[in-house]
Amino acid sequence: MGIVRTENLTFEYIRRDEEGNVEGITTAVDQVNLDIVQGEFIAILGHNGSGKSTLAKHINAILYPTEGTVWVDGMDTAEEAQIWNIRQTAGMVFQNPDNQIIGQVVEEDVGFGPENMGIPTREIWERVEESLKAVGMYEYRKHSPNKLSGGQKQRVSIAGVLAMHPKCIVLDEPTAMLDPKGRREVIRAVRGLNEVEGITVILITHYMEEIIHADRVFVMDSGKVAMEGTPREIFSQVEKLKSLRLDVPQVTLLAYELKKRGIELPDAILTTEELADALSAFSPAGKR
Amino acid sequence: MSIILDHISYVYGEGTPLEVKALDDICLQIPDGQFVGIIGHTGSGKSTLVQHMNGLMRASAGHLYFNGEDIYDRDFCMKDLRGKVGLVFQYPEHQLFEIDVLSDVCFGPQNQGLTRQEAELKAFEALRRVGMPMELYYQSPFELSGGQKRRAAIAGVLAMDPQVLILDEPTAGLDPMGRIEILHQIKQLQQETGLTILLVSHSMEDVAEYVDRIIVMNKGKILFDDIPREVFSHYKELEEVGLAAPQVTYVLHALKDRGFDVDVNATTVEEAARTVERAVSGRT
Repeated sequence: MGIVRTENLTFEYIRRDEEGNVEGITTAVDQVNLDIVQGEFIAILGHNGSGKSTLAKHINAILYPTEGTVWVDGMDTAEEAQIWNIRQTAGMVFQNPDNQIIGQVVEEDVGFGPENMGIPTREIWERVEESLKAVGMYEYRKHSPNKLSGGQKQRVSIAGVLAMHPKCIVLDEPTAMLDPKGRREVIRAVRGLNEVEGITVILITHYMEEIIHADRVFVMDSGKVAMEGTPREIFSQVEKLKSLRLDVPQVTLLAYELKKRGIELPDAILTTEELADALSAFSPAGKR
Repeated sequence: MSIILDHISYVYGEGTPLEVKALDDICLQIPDGQFVGIIGHTGSGKSTLVQHMNGLMRASAGHLYFNGEDIYDRDFCMKDLRGKVGLVFQYPEHQLFEIDVLSDVCFGPQNQGLTRQEAELKAFEALRRVGMPMELYYQSPFELSGGQKRRAAIAGVLAMDPQVLILDEPTAGLDPMGRIEILHQIKQLQQETGLTILLVSHSMEDVAEYVDRIIVMNKGKILFDDIPREVFSHYKELEEVGLAAPQVTYVLHALKDRGFDVDVNATTVEEAARTVERAVSGRT
Protein backbone atom coordinates (compact mmCIF):
# COMPACT_ATOMS: atom_id res chain seq x y z
CA MET A 1 0.00 0.00 0.00
CA GLY A 2 1.17 3.54 -0.82
CA ILE A 3 2.14 6.10 1.76
CA VAL A 4 -1.08 8.03 1.18
CA ARG A 5 -4.17 6.29 -0.14
CA THR A 6 -7.73 7.51 -0.34
CA GLU A 7 -10.77 5.52 -1.29
CA ASN A 8 -13.91 7.36 -2.39
CA LEU A 9 -12.90 10.27 -0.18
CA THR A 10 -15.80 12.69 0.13
CA PHE A 11 -16.02 15.73 2.36
CA GLU A 12 -19.21 17.70 2.81
CA TYR A 13 -19.92 20.65 5.00
CA ILE A 14 -23.17 22.32 5.91
CA ARG A 15 -23.57 25.96 5.03
CA ARG A 16 -25.56 27.96 7.54
CA ASP A 17 -26.98 31.46 7.45
CA GLU A 18 -26.55 34.01 10.25
CA GLU A 19 -29.31 32.49 12.40
CA GLY A 20 -27.71 29.07 12.05
CA ASN A 21 -30.34 27.66 9.71
CA VAL A 22 -29.09 25.17 7.18
CA GLU A 23 -28.75 26.76 3.75
CA GLY A 24 -27.36 23.82 1.91
CA ILE A 25 -24.58 21.30 1.71
CA THR A 26 -21.35 21.84 -0.18
CA THR A 27 -19.34 18.89 -1.36
CA ALA A 28 -15.77 20.18 -1.20
CA VAL A 29 -14.14 16.85 -2.03
CA ASP A 30 -16.08 14.40 -4.13
CA GLN A 31 -15.16 10.72 -4.49
CA VAL A 32 -11.41 11.10 -4.74
CA ASN A 33 -9.21 8.04 -5.12
CA LEU A 34 -5.47 8.54 -4.74
CA ASP A 35 -2.61 6.12 -4.30
CA ILE A 36 0.68 7.86 -3.67
CA VAL A 37 3.85 5.79 -3.52
CA GLN A 38 6.59 6.50 -0.95
CA GLY A 39 9.18 8.85 -2.49
CA GLU A 40 6.95 10.36 -5.15
CA PHE A 41 6.78 14.10 -5.87
CA ILE A 42 3.11 14.88 -6.34
CA ALA A 43 1.71 18.25 -7.40
CA ILE A 44 -1.90 19.24 -6.93
CA LEU A 45 -3.30 22.07 -9.04
CA GLY A 46 -6.73 23.61 -9.09
CA HIS A 47 -8.39 27.01 -9.06
CA ASN A 48 -9.50 28.79 -5.88
CA GLY A 49 -12.30 26.77 -4.36
CA SER A 50 -11.57 23.57 -6.30
CA GLY A 51 -11.11 21.54 -3.12
CA LYS A 52 -7.35 21.04 -3.19
CA SER A 53 -6.67 22.47 0.28
CA THR A 54 -9.58 20.54 1.75
CA LEU A 55 -8.12 17.40 0.25
CA ALA A 56 -4.68 18.20 1.68
CA LYS A 57 -6.09 18.71 5.17
CA HIS A 58 -7.34 15.13 5.14
CA ILE A 59 -3.80 13.83 4.76
CA ASN A 60 -2.74 14.85 8.22
CA ALA A 61 -6.08 14.40 9.92
CA ILE A 62 -7.07 18.05 10.29
CA LEU A 63 -10.28 17.06 8.53
CA TYR A 64 -11.97 13.65 8.46
CA PRO A 65 -13.85 12.23 5.50
CA THR A 66 -17.64 12.43 5.46
CA GLU A 67 -17.53 9.28 3.33
CA GLY A 68 -14.71 7.04 2.24
CA THR A 69 -11.37 6.39 3.90
CA VAL A 70 -7.90 7.94 4.02
CA TRP A 71 -4.88 5.84 4.96
CA VAL A 72 -1.55 7.41 5.80
CA ASP A 73 1.17 4.79 5.88
CA GLY A 74 -1.52 2.20 6.48
CA MET A 75 -3.19 4.12 9.32
CA ASP A 76 -6.85 5.05 8.94
CA THR A 77 -7.13 8.79 9.72
CA ALA A 78 -10.61 8.27 11.20
CA GLU A 79 -9.09 6.34 14.12
CA GLU A 80 -8.49 8.89 16.79
CA ALA A 81 -5.88 6.80 18.58
CA GLN A 82 -3.59 7.12 15.56
CA ILE A 83 -3.81 10.88 15.16
CA TRP A 84 -0.36 11.73 16.55
CA ASN A 85 1.32 9.00 14.55
CA ILE A 86 -0.43 10.24 11.43
CA ARG A 87 0.67 13.82 11.99
CA GLN A 88 4.25 12.72 12.52
CA THR A 89 4.16 10.66 9.36
CA ALA A 90 2.64 13.39 7.21
CA GLY A 91 3.80 16.89 8.12
CA MET A 92 2.13 19.99 6.77
CA VAL A 93 3.43 23.41 5.72
CA PHE A 94 0.97 26.25 5.14
CA GLN A 95 0.86 29.38 3.04
CA ASN A 96 1.74 32.09 5.53
CA PRO A 97 5.11 31.60 7.23
CA ASP A 98 4.21 34.12 9.94
CA ASN A 99 1.43 31.86 11.21
CA GLN A 100 3.69 28.85 11.65
CA ILE A 101 6.73 30.15 13.45
CA ILE A 102 6.55 30.34 17.22
CA GLY A 103 10.16 30.21 18.47
CA GLN A 104 12.22 33.28 19.37
CA VAL A 105 15.29 31.76 17.77
CA VAL A 106 15.36 29.73 14.57
CA GLU A 107 16.79 26.57 16.16
CA GLU A 108 14.25 26.65 18.99
CA ASP A 109 11.43 26.89 16.51
CA VAL A 110 12.71 23.89 14.60
CA GLY A 111 13.14 21.94 17.85
CA PHE A 112 9.53 22.52 18.92
CA GLY A 113 8.13 19.55 16.99
CA PRO A 114 10.55 16.87 18.20
CA GLU A 115 10.42 18.28 21.73
CA ASN A 116 6.65 17.79 21.74
CA MET A 117 7.21 14.23 20.65
CA GLY A 118 9.33 13.56 23.73
CA ILE A 119 12.59 13.04 21.86
CA PRO A 120 15.71 13.07 24.12
CA THR A 121 17.42 16.47 24.18
CA ARG A 122 20.62 15.38 22.49
CA GLU A 123 18.71 13.86 19.59
CA ILE A 124 16.57 17.00 19.27
CA TRP A 125 19.70 19.04 18.63
CA GLU A 126 20.92 16.51 16.08
CA ARG A 127 17.58 16.67 14.30
CA VAL A 128 17.54 20.49 14.38
CA GLU A 129 20.99 20.60 12.86
CA GLU A 130 20.30 18.14 10.07
CA SER A 131 16.90 19.72 9.25
CA LEU A 132 18.31 23.23 9.03
CA LYS A 133 21.16 21.95 6.85
CA ALA A 134 18.69 20.18 4.55
CA VAL A 135 16.86 23.44 3.79
CA GLY A 136 20.03 25.54 3.68
CA MET A 137 19.24 27.58 6.81
CA TYR A 138 21.88 26.24 9.22
CA GLU A 139 23.88 29.45 9.25
CA TYR A 140 20.78 31.29 10.49
CA ARG A 141 20.19 28.93 13.45
CA LYS A 142 20.87 31.64 16.05
CA HIS A 143 18.82 34.33 14.27
CA SER A 144 15.44 35.64 15.26
CA PRO A 145 12.80 34.33 12.80
CA ASN A 146 11.12 37.71 12.44
CA LYS A 147 14.23 39.17 10.86
CA LEU A 148 14.23 36.62 8.04
CA SER A 149 12.83 37.06 4.55
CA GLY A 150 9.62 35.26 3.57
CA GLY A 151 11.47 32.53 1.70
CA GLN A 152 13.82 31.98 4.64
CA LYS A 153 10.93 31.81 7.11
CA GLN A 154 9.16 29.31 4.93
CA ARG A 155 12.31 27.15 4.82
CA VAL A 156 12.44 27.30 8.63
CA SER A 157 8.82 26.11 8.69
CA ILE A 158 9.80 23.22 6.45
CA ALA A 159 12.78 22.40 8.71
CA GLY A 160 10.38 22.35 11.66
CA VAL A 161 8.32 19.68 9.95
CA LEU A 162 11.43 17.84 8.81
CA ALA A 163 12.74 17.56 12.38
CA MET A 164 9.80 15.30 13.17
CA HIS A 165 11.18 12.84 10.59
CA PRO A 166 8.03 12.56 8.50
CA LYS A 167 7.76 10.19 5.58
CA CYS A 168 5.61 12.66 3.74
CA ILE A 169 5.32 16.46 3.63
CA VAL A 170 2.21 18.25 2.40
CA LEU A 171 2.82 21.86 1.34
CA ASP A 172 -0.28 24.00 0.83
CA GLU A 173 0.73 26.92 -1.43
CA PRO A 174 4.03 27.45 0.38
CA THR A 175 5.18 30.10 -2.10
CA ALA A 176 2.00 32.15 -2.56
CA MET A 177 3.26 35.04 -0.45
CA LEU A 178 6.89 35.01 -1.60
CA ASP A 179 8.84 36.95 -4.22
CA PRO A 180 10.53 35.14 -7.13
CA LYS A 181 13.78 34.55 -5.22
CA GLY A 182 11.97 33.25 -2.15
CA ARG A 183 9.92 30.96 -4.36
CA ARG A 184 13.04 29.54 -5.99
CA GLU A 185 14.68 28.92 -2.60
CA VAL A 186 11.66 27.09 -1.22
CA ILE A 187 11.13 24.96 -4.30
CA ARG A 188 14.81 24.06 -4.39
CA ALA A 189 14.65 22.99 -0.74
CA VAL A 190 11.53 20.92 -1.37
CA ARG A 191 13.07 19.18 -4.37
CA GLY A 192 16.16 18.42 -2.28
CA LEU A 193 14.06 16.72 0.40
CA ASN A 194 12.40 14.62 -2.23
CA GLU A 195 15.48 13.67 -4.23
CA VAL A 196 18.08 13.41 -1.47
CA GLU A 197 16.07 12.35 1.57
CA GLY A 198 13.46 10.40 -0.38
CA ILE A 199 10.58 12.11 1.40
CA THR A 200 7.21 11.98 -0.33
CA VAL A 201 6.21 15.51 -1.32
CA ILE A 202 2.68 16.67 -2.00
CA LEU A 203 2.87 20.23 -3.31
CA ILE A 204 -0.21 22.38 -3.80
CA THR A 205 0.42 25.49 -5.86
CA HIS A 206 -0.90 28.08 -8.27
CA TYR A 207 2.45 28.55 -9.94
CA MET A 208 2.76 26.32 -12.97
CA GLU A 209 6.56 26.62 -13.23
CA GLU A 210 6.95 24.97 -9.83
CA ILE A 211 5.53 21.62 -10.79
CA ILE A 212 7.53 20.75 -13.89
CA HIS A 213 9.74 18.45 -11.81
CA ALA A 214 6.85 16.55 -10.24
CA ASP A 215 6.42 12.84 -10.92
CA ARG A 216 2.66 13.11 -11.12
CA VAL A 217 0.19 15.99 -11.25
CA PHE A 218 -3.42 15.97 -10.13
CA VAL A 219 -5.73 18.74 -11.25
CA MET A 220 -8.77 19.31 -9.06
CA ASP A 221 -12.07 20.83 -10.14
CA SER A 222 -15.24 21.03 -8.06
CA GLY A 223 -13.88 18.51 -5.59
CA LYS A 224 -13.01 15.87 -8.17
CA VAL A 225 -9.75 14.88 -9.81
CA ALA A 226 -10.25 16.35 -13.28
CA MET A 227 -6.85 15.49 -14.76
CA GLU A 228 -3.99 13.23 -13.78
CA GLY A 229 -0.63 12.63 -15.42
CA THR A 230 2.99 13.68 -15.73
CA PRO A 231 3.65 17.43 -16.03
CA ARG A 232 4.22 16.91 -19.75
CA GLU A 233 0.91 15.12 -20.22
CA ILE A 234 -0.91 17.80 -18.25
CA PHE A 235 0.73 20.78 -19.91
CA SER A 236 0.10 19.42 -23.40
CA GLN A 237 -3.58 20.19 -22.78
CA VAL A 238 -3.42 23.97 -22.83
CA GLU A 239 -7.09 24.57 -23.66
CA LYS A 240 -8.37 22.11 -21.06
CA LEU A 241 -6.22 23.73 -18.35
CA LYS A 242 -7.53 27.15 -19.31
CA SER A 243 -11.09 25.89 -19.03
CA LEU A 244 -10.21 24.79 -15.48
CA ARG A 245 -9.03 28.37 -14.73
CA LEU A 246 -5.40 27.31 -14.80
CA ASP A 247 -2.49 28.11 -17.02
CA VAL A 248 0.73 26.63 -18.35
CA PRO A 249 4.26 28.00 -17.85
CA GLN A 250 4.93 30.94 -20.18
CA VAL A 251 7.49 28.97 -22.17
CA THR A 252 4.98 26.14 -22.73
CA LEU A 253 2.44 28.69 -23.91
CA LEU A 254 4.97 30.21 -26.31
CA ALA A 255 5.71 26.77 -27.79
CA TYR A 256 1.97 26.15 -28.10
CA GLU A 257 1.47 29.48 -29.91
CA LEU A 258 4.33 28.66 -32.28
CA LYS A 259 2.81 25.27 -33.02
CA LYS A 260 -0.48 26.95 -33.85
CA ARG A 261 1.47 29.07 -36.33
CA GLY A 262 2.66 25.97 -38.10
CA ILE A 263 6.11 25.52 -36.56
CA GLU A 264 6.60 21.86 -35.79
CA LEU A 265 7.57 21.40 -32.16
CA PRO A 266 7.15 18.52 -29.73
CA ASP A 267 4.14 18.60 -27.37
CA ALA A 268 4.37 20.29 -23.99
CA ILE A 269 7.76 21.90 -23.79
CA LEU A 270 8.51 22.61 -20.14
CA THR A 271 11.76 24.56 -19.94
CA THR A 272 13.54 27.38 -21.71
CA GLU A 273 16.37 25.05 -22.79
CA GLU A 274 13.95 22.53 -24.28
CA LEU A 275 12.35 25.19 -26.44
CA ALA A 276 15.67 26.65 -27.55
CA ASP A 277 16.95 23.14 -28.38
CA ALA A 278 13.81 22.25 -30.30
CA LEU A 279 13.96 25.48 -32.29
CA SER A 280 17.65 24.98 -33.02
CA ALA A 281 16.55 22.30 -35.49
CA PHE A 282 15.27 25.14 -37.64
CA SER A 283 18.64 26.79 -37.83
CA PRO A 284 20.27 25.53 -41.07
CA ALA A 285 23.83 25.74 -39.78
CA GLY A 286 22.78 24.52 -36.32
CA LYS A 287 25.56 26.70 -35.00
CA ARG A 288 25.63 28.46 -31.69
CA MET B 1 -1.60 67.36 -12.21
CA SER B 2 0.73 64.66 -11.07
CA ILE B 3 2.63 63.16 -8.18
CA ILE B 4 6.20 64.36 -7.70
CA LEU B 5 8.60 62.84 -5.19
CA ASP B 6 11.51 65.14 -4.54
CA HIS B 7 14.45 63.53 -2.73
CA ILE B 8 12.22 61.42 -0.49
CA SER B 9 13.95 59.33 2.19
CA TYR B 10 12.42 57.25 4.93
CA VAL B 11 14.32 55.79 7.85
CA TYR B 12 12.88 53.17 10.22
CA GLY B 13 14.03 53.31 13.82
CA GLU B 14 16.08 56.47 13.33
CA GLY B 15 18.82 56.85 15.94
CA THR B 16 18.55 53.23 17.13
CA PRO B 17 20.91 50.34 16.34
CA LEU B 18 18.15 48.90 14.13
CA GLU B 19 18.10 51.92 11.83
CA VAL B 20 17.14 50.94 8.28
CA LYS B 21 16.90 53.23 5.29
CA ALA B 22 13.74 51.99 3.63
CA LEU B 23 13.71 54.76 1.03
CA ASP B 24 16.88 56.45 -0.02
CA ASP B 25 16.67 59.76 -1.87
CA ILE B 26 13.86 58.85 -4.26
CA CYS B 27 13.05 61.29 -7.05
CA LEU B 28 10.30 60.50 -9.48
CA GLN B 29 7.30 61.94 -11.22
CA ILE B 30 4.08 60.15 -12.07
CA PRO B 31 2.00 61.97 -14.67
CA ASP B 32 -1.78 61.72 -14.85
CA GLY B 33 -3.31 58.68 -16.46
CA GLN B 34 -0.17 56.55 -16.44
CA PHE B 35 -0.29 52.84 -15.58
CA VAL B 36 2.86 52.18 -13.57
CA GLY B 37 4.19 48.87 -12.26
CA ILE B 38 6.31 49.01 -9.13
CA ILE B 39 8.45 45.90 -8.80
CA GLY B 40 10.87 44.76 -6.15
CA HIS B 41 11.57 41.79 -3.92
CA THR B 42 10.22 41.57 -0.38
CA GLY B 43 11.78 44.35 1.67
CA SER B 44 12.92 46.43 -1.31
CA GLY B 45 10.86 49.41 -0.20
CA LYS B 46 8.04 49.22 -2.73
CA SER B 47 5.20 49.13 -0.20
CA THR B 48 6.87 51.86 1.85
CA LEU B 49 7.07 53.95 -1.31
CA VAL B 50 3.39 53.72 -2.16
CA GLN B 51 2.33 54.37 1.43
CA HIS B 52 4.02 57.76 1.15
CA MET B 53 1.88 58.67 -1.81
CA ASN B 54 -1.32 59.00 0.17
CA GLY B 55 0.35 60.35 3.27
CA LEU B 56 0.07 57.18 5.38
CA MET B 57 3.79 57.42 6.01
CA ARG B 58 5.64 60.67 6.33
CA ALA B 59 9.08 60.98 4.75
CA SER B 60 12.09 61.53 7.01
CA ALA B 61 13.41 63.95 4.41
CA GLY B 62 12.25 65.38 1.10
CA HIS B 63 9.04 66.73 -0.36
CA LEU B 64 6.07 65.11 -2.00
CA TYR B 65 3.86 67.15 -4.28
CA PHE B 66 0.35 66.16 -5.25
CA ASN B 67 -1.14 68.30 -8.03
CA GLY B 68 1.45 70.95 -7.33
CA GLU B 69 0.85 71.16 -3.58
CA ASP B 70 3.41 70.05 -1.01
CA ILE B 71 1.56 67.50 1.11
CA TYR B 72 3.82 68.20 4.08
CA ASP B 73 2.67 71.83 4.16
CA ARG B 74 0.99 72.76 7.40
CA ASP B 75 -2.32 73.75 5.86
CA PHE B 76 -2.46 70.81 3.44
CA CYS B 77 -5.51 68.65 4.05
CA MET B 78 -4.38 65.03 4.37
CA LYS B 79 -7.96 63.79 4.52
CA ASP B 80 -8.60 65.13 1.01
CA LEU B 81 -5.43 63.51 -0.23
CA ARG B 82 -6.56 60.09 1.04
CA GLY B 83 -9.78 60.49 -0.91
CA LYS B 84 -7.86 61.35 -4.05
CA VAL B 85 -5.18 58.70 -3.76
CA GLY B 86 -6.88 55.39 -3.05
CA LEU B 87 -4.74 52.62 -1.64
CA VAL B 88 -5.79 48.96 -1.85
CA PHE B 89 -3.66 46.92 0.53
CA GLN B 90 -2.42 43.35 0.19
CA TYR B 91 -5.16 40.82 0.84
CA PRO B 92 -7.76 43.64 0.98
CA GLU B 93 -10.54 41.09 1.42
CA HIS B 94 -9.51 40.83 5.07
CA GLN B 95 -10.91 44.33 5.49
CA LEU B 96 -14.42 43.50 4.30
CA PHE B 97 -16.83 43.71 7.21
CA GLU B 98 -20.34 44.83 6.25
CA ILE B 99 -23.45 42.67 6.03
CA ASP B 100 -23.67 42.89 2.24
CA VAL B 101 -21.36 43.84 -0.61
CA LEU B 102 -23.14 47.09 -1.42
CA SER B 103 -22.99 48.38 2.18
CA ASP B 104 -19.33 47.51 2.34
CA VAL B 105 -18.59 49.55 -0.76
CA CYS B 106 -20.75 52.43 0.58
CA PHE B 107 -18.64 52.70 3.72
CA GLY B 108 -15.93 54.84 2.11
CA PRO B 109 -18.11 57.41 0.35
CA GLN B 110 -20.41 57.69 3.40
CA ASN B 111 -17.36 58.47 5.50
CA GLN B 112 -16.54 61.22 3.03
CA GLY B 113 -19.83 62.83 4.00
CA LEU B 114 -22.14 61.60 1.26
CA THR B 115 -25.69 60.51 2.08
CA ARG B 116 -26.54 56.83 1.83
CA GLN B 117 -28.28 57.45 -1.48
CA GLU B 118 -25.35 59.30 -3.03
CA ALA B 119 -23.00 56.66 -1.67
CA GLU B 120 -25.09 53.88 -3.20
CA LEU B 121 -24.87 55.51 -6.61
CA LYS B 122 -21.09 55.63 -6.29
CA ALA B 123 -21.06 52.04 -5.05
CA PHE B 124 -23.15 50.75 -7.96
CA GLU B 125 -20.83 52.49 -10.40
CA ALA B 126 -17.70 51.14 -8.67
CA LEU B 127 -19.03 47.57 -8.52
CA ARG B 128 -19.92 47.71 -12.20
CA ARG B 129 -16.42 48.95 -13.03
CA VAL B 130 -14.74 46.04 -11.25
CA GLY B 131 -16.99 43.57 -13.02
CA MET B 132 -18.94 42.33 -9.99
CA PRO B 133 -22.01 40.32 -11.06
CA MET B 134 -25.16 42.26 -10.12
CA GLU B 135 -26.77 39.33 -8.28
CA LEU B 136 -23.99 39.45 -5.68
CA TYR B 137 -24.54 43.08 -4.60
CA TYR B 138 -26.79 42.09 -1.70
CA GLN B 139 -24.87 38.97 -0.67
CA SER B 140 -22.61 38.80 2.32
CA PRO B 141 -19.07 39.68 1.22
CA PHE B 142 -17.82 36.65 3.14
CA GLU B 143 -19.60 34.25 0.81
CA LEU B 144 -17.82 35.48 -2.31
CA SER B 145 -14.97 33.64 -4.01
CA GLY B 146 -11.39 34.87 -3.54
CA GLY B 147 -11.39 36.87 -6.77
CA GLN B 148 -14.82 38.36 -6.08
CA LYS B 149 -13.86 39.42 -2.55
CA ARG B 150 -10.87 41.21 -3.96
CA ARG B 151 -13.07 42.98 -6.51
CA ALA B 152 -15.41 44.08 -3.74
CA ALA B 153 -12.47 45.50 -1.81
CA ILE B 154 -11.15 47.36 -4.86
CA ALA B 155 -14.66 48.74 -5.51
CA GLY B 156 -14.69 50.05 -1.94
CA VAL B 157 -11.74 52.28 -2.75
CA LEU B 158 -12.98 53.19 -6.25
CA ALA B 159 -16.29 54.39 -4.83
CA MET B 160 -14.44 57.24 -3.14
CA ASP B 161 -13.67 58.62 -6.61
CA PRO B 162 -9.89 58.67 -6.38
CA GLN B 163 -7.71 60.25 -9.07
CA VAL B 164 -4.95 57.80 -8.34
CA LEU B 165 -5.47 54.13 -7.51
CA ILE B 166 -2.65 52.20 -5.85
CA LEU B 167 -2.93 48.42 -5.70
CA ASP B 168 -0.48 46.49 -3.52
CA GLU B 169 -0.14 42.93 -4.88
CA PRO B 170 -3.72 42.69 -6.14
CA THR B 171 -3.24 39.18 -7.52
CA ALA B 172 -1.47 37.49 -4.58
CA GLY B 173 -3.02 34.11 -3.77
CA LEU B 174 -5.40 34.04 -6.75
CA ASP B 175 -5.46 31.19 -9.26
CA PRO B 176 -4.00 31.87 -12.73
CA MET B 177 -7.32 32.76 -14.33
CA GLY B 178 -8.23 34.94 -11.34
CA ARG B 179 -4.96 36.82 -11.81
CA ILE B 180 -5.63 37.44 -15.49
CA GLU B 181 -9.22 38.51 -14.86
CA ILE B 182 -8.28 41.05 -12.19
CA LEU B 183 -5.45 42.50 -14.28
CA HIS B 184 -7.68 42.78 -17.37
CA GLN B 185 -10.30 44.52 -15.29
CA ILE B 186 -7.76 46.99 -13.91
CA LYS B 187 -6.43 47.73 -17.40
CA GLN B 188 -9.95 48.28 -18.69
CA LEU B 189 -10.73 50.54 -15.75
CA GLN B 190 -7.67 52.61 -16.51
CA GLN B 191 -8.53 52.91 -20.19
CA GLU B 192 -12.15 53.86 -19.52
CA THR B 193 -11.57 56.35 -16.73
CA GLY B 194 -8.08 57.69 -17.37
CA LEU B 195 -7.24 56.95 -13.73
CA THR B 196 -3.58 56.95 -12.73
CA ILE B 197 -2.79 53.43 -11.54
CA LEU B 198 0.18 52.18 -9.55
CA LEU B 199 0.43 48.43 -9.38
CA VAL B 200 2.83 46.92 -6.85
CA SER B 201 3.90 43.38 -7.70
CA HIS B 202 6.80 41.00 -7.71
CA SER B 203 5.66 39.15 -10.75
CA MET B 204 7.15 40.53 -13.95
CA GLU B 205 4.94 38.29 -16.06
CA ASP B 206 1.90 39.88 -14.48
CA VAL B 207 2.84 43.47 -15.16
CA ALA B 208 4.63 43.07 -18.52
CA GLU B 209 1.44 42.97 -20.55
CA TYR B 210 -0.40 45.77 -18.86
CA VAL B 211 1.71 48.66 -17.67
CA ASP B 212 3.17 51.67 -19.50
CA ARG B 213 6.14 51.96 -17.21
CA ILE B 214 8.02 49.88 -14.66
CA ILE B 215 9.84 51.18 -11.63
CA VAL B 216 12.18 48.58 -10.12
CA MET B 217 13.01 49.12 -6.45
CA ASN B 218 16.05 47.67 -4.71
CA LYS B 219 17.35 48.48 -1.23
CA GLY B 220 15.23 51.61 -1.04
CA LYS B 221 16.50 53.03 -4.30
CA ILE B 222 15.17 53.10 -7.84
CA LEU B 223 17.16 50.59 -9.87
CA PHE B 224 15.36 51.00 -13.19
CA ASP B 225 12.57 53.28 -14.33
CA ASP B 226 11.55 52.75 -17.93
CA ILE B 227 9.13 51.11 -20.35
CA PRO B 228 8.83 47.32 -19.81
CA ARG B 229 10.96 46.18 -22.77
CA GLU B 230 13.85 48.39 -21.68
CA VAL B 231 13.63 47.19 -18.09
CA PHE B 232 13.58 43.52 -19.11
CA SER B 233 16.66 43.99 -21.27
CA HIS B 234 18.49 44.22 -17.93
CA TYR B 235 17.36 40.69 -17.05
CA LYS B 236 20.72 39.72 -15.59
CA GLU B 237 20.73 42.66 -13.18
CA LEU B 238 17.12 41.87 -12.28
CA GLU B 239 18.19 38.38 -11.25
CA GLU B 240 20.95 39.74 -9.09
CA VAL B 241 18.39 41.64 -7.04
CA GLY B 242 16.14 38.60 -6.62
CA LEU B 243 13.73 39.31 -9.44
CA ALA B 244 13.31 37.70 -12.81
CA ALA B 245 12.29 38.80 -16.27
CA PRO B 246 9.35 37.01 -17.90
CA GLN B 247 10.23 33.49 -19.13
CA VAL B 248 9.98 34.59 -22.76
CA THR B 249 12.94 36.93 -22.25
CA TYR B 250 15.11 33.93 -21.39
CA VAL B 251 13.88 31.94 -24.40
CA LEU B 252 14.62 34.83 -26.74
CA HIS B 253 18.10 35.36 -25.34
CA ALA B 254 18.84 31.63 -25.64
CA LEU B 255 17.72 31.74 -29.27
CA LYS B 256 19.75 34.85 -29.97
CA ASP B 257 22.81 33.06 -28.54
CA ARG B 258 22.20 30.25 -31.00
CA GLY B 259 22.29 32.58 -33.94
CA PHE B 260 18.61 33.33 -34.45
CA ASP B 261 17.65 36.81 -35.54
CA VAL B 262 14.99 37.43 -32.86
CA ASP B 263 13.94 40.64 -31.15
CA VAL B 264 15.05 39.96 -27.58
CA ASN B 265 13.00 42.86 -26.27
CA ALA B 266 9.61 41.23 -26.86
CA THR B 267 7.88 41.08 -23.49
CA THR B 268 4.65 39.14 -24.05
CA VAL B 269 3.98 35.64 -25.38
CA GLU B 270 2.22 37.18 -28.37
CA GLU B 271 5.17 39.42 -29.29
CA ALA B 272 7.64 36.61 -28.72
CA ALA B 273 5.68 34.19 -30.90
CA ARG B 274 5.70 36.78 -33.70
CA THR B 275 9.44 37.40 -33.62
CA VAL B 276 10.32 33.70 -33.28
CA GLU B 277 8.02 32.80 -36.15
CA ARG B 278 9.66 35.43 -38.33
CA ALA B 279 13.17 34.28 -37.39
CA VAL B 280 12.39 30.60 -37.92
CA SER B 281 10.46 30.90 -41.17
CA GLY B 282 13.10 33.25 -42.55
CA ARG B 283 15.58 30.42 -42.24
CA THR B 284 13.62 27.48 -43.61
